[in-house]
Amino acid sequence: MMTITCPWCGKRRENEFTYGGPVPLARPDNRGDISDKAWAEYLFMRDNVKGIARERWCHSHGCGQWFTMRRDTVTHKIHSIEKTGDAGEP
Amino acid sequence: MQHYSVMSLARNAFSRHQGWQQAWRSPDLKKEYDVVIIGGGGHGLATAYYLAKEQGISNVAVIEAGWIGGGNTGRNTSVVRSNYLFPESAKFYDFSLKLFEGMSRELNFNVMLRQAGMVSLLHSRHDVEAMRRNLNAMHMNGIDADWIDADEVARLAPGINRSPAARYPILGGIVQKRGGIARHDGVAWGYARAADALGVDIIQQCAVTGFDIRNGRLRGVETTCGRITTGKAAIAVAGHSSVLAGMAGFRLPVTSMALQACVSEPLKPVFDATILSPSAGIYISQSDKGEMIMGGGLDMYPSYAQRGNIATLEGVIAGVVEIFPRLSRVKLMRQWAGIVDIVHDSSPIIGLTPVKGLYINCGFGTGGFKATPAGGWTLAYTVAHNRPHPLNEPFTLKRFETGAFIDEMGAAGISH
Ligand SMILES: Cc1cc2nc3c(=O)[nH]c(=O)nc-3n(C[C@H](O)[C@H](O)[C@H](O)COP(=O)(O)OP(=O)(O)OC[C@H]3O[C@@H](n4cnc5c(N)ncnc54)[C@H](O)[C@@H]3O)c2cc1C
Ligand SMILES: [Zn+2]
Repeated sequence: MMTITCPWCGKRRENEFTYGGPVPLARPDNRGDISDKAWAEYLFMRDNVKGIARERWCHSHGCGQWFTMRRDTVTHKIHSIEKTGDAGEP
Repeated sequence: MQHYSVMSLARNAFSRHQGWQQAWRSPDLKKEYDVVIIGGGGHGLATAYYLAKEQGISNVAVIEAGWIGGGNTGRNTSVVRSNYLFPESAKFYDFSLKLFEGMSRELNFNVMLRQAGMVSLLHSRHDVEAMRRNLNAMHMNGIDADWIDADEVARLAPGINRSPAARYPILGGIVQKRGGIARHDGVAWGYARAADALGVDIIQQCAVTGFDIRNGRLRGVETTCGRITTGKAAIAVAGHSSVLAGMAGFRLPVTSMALQACVSEPLKPVFDATILSPSAGIYISQSDKGEMIMGGGLDMYPSYAQRGNIATLEGVIAGVVEIFPRLSRVKLMRQWAGIVDIVHDSSPIIGLTPVKGLYINCGFGTGGFKATPAGGWTLAYTVAHNRPHPLNEPFTLKRFETGAFIDEMGAAGISH
């Protein structure tokens, strides 16, 4: 069981939270003339990191806010938590 | 290969069972192979067997980081069935089920297939409507599936909660009678033994650490036991697919997550069939040893930890007790997890990769045990011919660019 510290609410059990995808995941700008391959890269291809990954999480059964977490996918150890935006991405 | 039979059992009994040979050799790794298979799970071992048996390529090594069958092959809840929604899946999984039906004989190894039926429960008018549609689709695909009413469900699943006040009332079910369970590590051992007998080298405790790729073409495989020269390699490592793809310089549409299961203490026979409740998020069967085998959904975030979280386990147990209240006092004996390879449309990937000479079988996620024979058979064909067989043509990496997805999530609804 992970204990996740929501930047707004503090320490809570992991089942109050929802995983929301990897960070960064930037939507391409040139959507009009992008190739199917490049579009598939954005939509479906994933780094699927074994080790320390940056992830988007939401305190869905709490305050409902999103934040960014650095977490080891092998040990589930949480290395850092930042409010979304603080990390310099949208 | 020493033939297993009643006669050989009797013969060996006279020599106090001292005459049994090892089921497969533990050979030294050679410097060069025609094909290297990465991952000694069911899919990798089946691939090796069908390469030797059907494609005439037996200078093959299976490289396994741990012990064969120690990944998801030895961790799954062993449900086999072919009642999928889309024609592509129905063809593929029914081909697999047919290979399962002949497997014990073909491999001369008892994989303990028990076709006692697989029942999906319907708990609401919406379930009934959706499943009637699925049932029609299965019939159109030539898959056996029957509609059963609540009384028949109760006959197949004694003790099911039929109280009118139940959170999930039983309105009926659909059953695939050819569905059931098989002995999972028996499948790995059976393929390993048969492949070994055809000349395949099974190398355990040896991990692949990199690829030698020149001008986009595979030249060799680096392992913890040394370099192997080869023009062809096939990746069949389930939850570690992205790690291997990363070594070869490409990415996959895969996310690795933990899927758990648990078993109770052994009980006297409760029921024979496998019972699935998509609404309660659980499925349950009874092993030949008497344990109730229970599973549910994924731990919903990326993980390589090979252990499950308590919240998901609690959800599964709550669902089981809701559907089978009489199991509420049964003790849990073991709980575990495997790292499964989740793909957006819940369908596998079997085909070529961006690297020439490198092939992949992955994305079976929560349901690839039933596909072990078909996954191996089609991957062996693909490796030998450098193109997919019609059975796996719809299941290549191409669909992520064309958008021709085979979305089985709605059909399966739950992992098994
Ligand atoms: C709890 C649970 C329940 C399930 N229930 C069902 C079910 O009821 N029915 C069903 O059909 N499916 C089920 N599944 C899914 C099924 O288990 C898998 O889809 C299937 O077993 C995958 O087989 P595989 O051979 O591809 O992978 P695995 O058996 O995982 O084998 C992959 C192997 O690759 C090895 N490997 C990894 N990295 C390397 C490396 N670098 N070098 C060498 N070797 C490496 C691993 O050690 C491993 O042995 C379940 C899975 C789980 C976890
Ligand atoms: Zn919060």
